[in-house]
Amino acid sequence: MVKMTDLPTKGGFSFDLCTRNQMLLDKGVQMPPFRKTGTTIVGLVFQDGVVLGADTRATEGPIVADKNCEKIHFMAPNIYCCGAGTAADTEAVTDMVSSQLQLHRYATGRESRVVTALTLLKSHLFSYQGHVSAALVLGGVDVTGPHLHTVYPHGSTDTLPFATMGSGSLAAMSVFESKYREGLTREEGIELVAEAICAGIFNDLGSGSNVDVCVITKGQTEYLRNYQLPNPRTYISSKGYSFVKGQTEVLSTKITPIQSKVQTVEGGDAMEE
Amino acid sequence: MDLDLSAPHSTGTTIIGVTYNGGVVLGADSRTSTGMYVANRASDKITELTDNVYVCRSGSAADTQVISDYVRYFLHQHTIQLGQPATVKVAANLVRLLSYQNKNMLQAGVIVGGWDKYEGGQIYSVPLGGTILRQPFSIGGSGSSYLYGFFDQAWKEDMTHEEAEQLVVKAASLAMARDGASGGVVRTVTINAEGVTRKFYGGDTLPLWHDELEPTNSLLDLLSSSVPEPMST
Repeated sequence: MVKMTDLPTKGGFSFDLCTRNQMLLDKGVQMPPFRKTGTTIVGLVFQDGVVLGADTRATEGPIVADKNCEKIHFMAPNIYCCGAGTAADTEAVTDMVSSQLQLHRYATGRESRVVTALTLLKSHLFSYQGHVSAALVLGGVDVTGPHLHTVYPHGSTDTLPFATMGSGSLAAMSVFESKYREGLTREEGIELVAEAICAGIFNDLGSGSNVDVCVITKGQTEYLRNYQLPNPRTYISSKGYSFVKGQTEVLSTKITPIQSKVQTVEGGDAMEE
Repeated sequence: MDLDLSAPHSTGTTIIGVTYNGGVVLGADSRTSTGMYVANRASDKITELTDNVYVCRSGSAADTQVISDYVRYFLHQHTIQLGQPATVKVAANLVRLLSYQNKNMLQAGVIVGGWDKYEGGQIYSVPLGGTILRQPFSIGGSGSSYLYGFFDQAWKEDMTHEEAEQLVVKAASLAMARDGASGGVVRTVTINAEGVTRKFYGGDTLPLWHDELEPTNSLLDLLSSSVPEPMST
């Protein structure tokens, strides 16, 4: 039998470390907590397009790592994507597909379509068999109309008129299931999205802080960063914080002129073709 | 009860395919579950492969979507090269090859159904493992367990289109009543020489079975609701 070390390395993802991780877990070794976007992300289709929403809390285990992170990622001028799951995975996969879409736009000379982004995302996630932990709500408006899709870490997708993902998805879905109807106006759509995100923020421990909203219509996209701030800091010093010059005690001073460390050389060859 | 939202997406499912005199009727429920949560209560599990061949998907949602995408792509090329519509047998075989050759990595049980001018309406079952089996009717998914006895009694050769459609809807609603992983609405697709017809049966149009209650606004109304009729063939 050929030893594992003798086999030539093939291209693609090596699943060897996944078996090692499982073995360590079985032995009782705890995985270090990586930063997850605990998250409530939502999307809905309204009269003229789609509205996406997200909370802004990023967690590392039980600790809030970022109180105001951005979970609505740019994919194309007419397509945005909310991401839940491991923050690194959602950032990386949306950045990667965003670049691929731009190259595709240059090659085709056309506006990107939502189904293109969808296919690129689902094929990437499927090939990693769920190990890229990114659960996405993808929405946009293209020549074929408004589209809203959910993408799961294993690579399956759904096409829906309203969708929620993340740990706060159940709280947000309850709001949508009660109040969603076809043909919402822009204001109604934004209000419903904000309400759904707030349901996640207040009822789910993995979601919190502020509400981000993104409205995409034919020809126009509005990214409403921090549309609502329902969690202001309660206790702020009434005197304010001021740091007067001279307030910090200087213990010692040492000045090193840069010239003695660096040699500048004049001239040199002109750059050749 | 712990909701595992990172569990793989699976089509819990009830899928059905029957032949009738003139074509086939494919039917499915619409529930996609992630662990104990219903991720999509109105999904479409009957996917188009070509104009005349459709597939009912059950098992892992990601696996069956990928298989359908690949087979749609291969069939498109095949149609161009052949110069005429692909046969149902070829479509089913392509599904079978992908399923069998990747049996260790896939969890996909499908029913391929369609109509072509050589053999008329055909149903091919491709369950887990990648066997291919042509049958006059086929059932699949977690809800199918509850339908074997029903079909043994209710199935007959050479039905009309109406009979076949009623049979599929009745069977799907029976399975949805008993299987937790199936539910939502019933979607059917009829494929025959004339083309393809899609139908939708909302939850409120489906018959109620033993002990299922009428939807009411007030529990007080239960006192006046009638007992559902016993099942008849």
